[in-house]
Amino acid sequence: MAEPMRIRATMAGDAADVKVLMNHPMETGLRKDAKTGQLVPAHYISEVTAALNGTPVLKGGMSGGVSKNPYLGFKIKGAKAGDKVTVNWVDNTGDKNSAEATIA
Amino acid sequence: MNALRRNVLKGATGAGAVAVAVAAGLLKPTQVLAAPRSAFEAKDLAGAMSGLGATGAAESKDITIKAPDIAENGAVVPVEVTSAIAGTSSIAIIAEKNATPLVADFDLMGGTQPFISTRIKMGQTALVRAVVTAGGKNYTATKEVKVTIGGCGG
Repeated sequence: MAEPMRIRATMAGDAADVKVLMNHPMETGLRKDAKTGQLVPAHYISEVTAALNGTPVLKGGMSGGVSKNPYLGFKIKGAKAGDKVTVNWVDNTGDKNSAEATIA
Repeated sequence: MNALRRNVLKGATGAGAVAVAVAAGLLKPTQVLAAPRSAFEAKDLAGAMSGLGATGAAESKDITIKAPDIAENGAVVPVEVTSAIAGTSSIAIIAEKNATPLVADFDLMGGTQPFISTRIKMGQTALVRAVVTAGGKNYTATKEVKVTIGGCGG
């Protein structure tokens, strides 16, 4: 089971500033294990979606080229304090996680 | 009948991740990602650009890439892309010399502003390229990032 992720959403002017930290190793599948010399199997978040009060606002694809424990920041115009932002991710092994934050 | 079964199986692997999102009520089944998975597997810039459907994208000064001039650690390079192009609907980030150059691609909808901030890995000094889709057209911009320690090897 995936570790919890962190999400924070605050109002900045007329847009909500959303910052998400996902806990994930983001293995490219190209890196070798220093001890065994074997390739470490690919394990990365392949898809991220975000929604504001259930309406999709962002949908992204990622490769192993995103840093370990990916950070994602985006801004939603027209959101207001008290709205709920949900972020979901799915990785290449089918593991998934989601988190929700209330815009402050 | 067998051929049909084959197609269903093939479809199932790729659709797995999407199905989860559909089940979560976030994606409507009609929506598809701008970049197919194959774009992420492309081994060179040309492959990544054609995977995005952005071959021949026009250079644009309206795209701002904020990234360090020199990245001490290639494993974590902060990148921010802002587009001032009206109607921006997607932003993709490419590290040109990475083994698989396409790093991420984001479709923006609803009230999401044309801004993405994330952190990427870079194997070596290279151009970071942003590809923006707006009104069915593609625009691109680059910024060089010097990498002192690569972040893709072991």
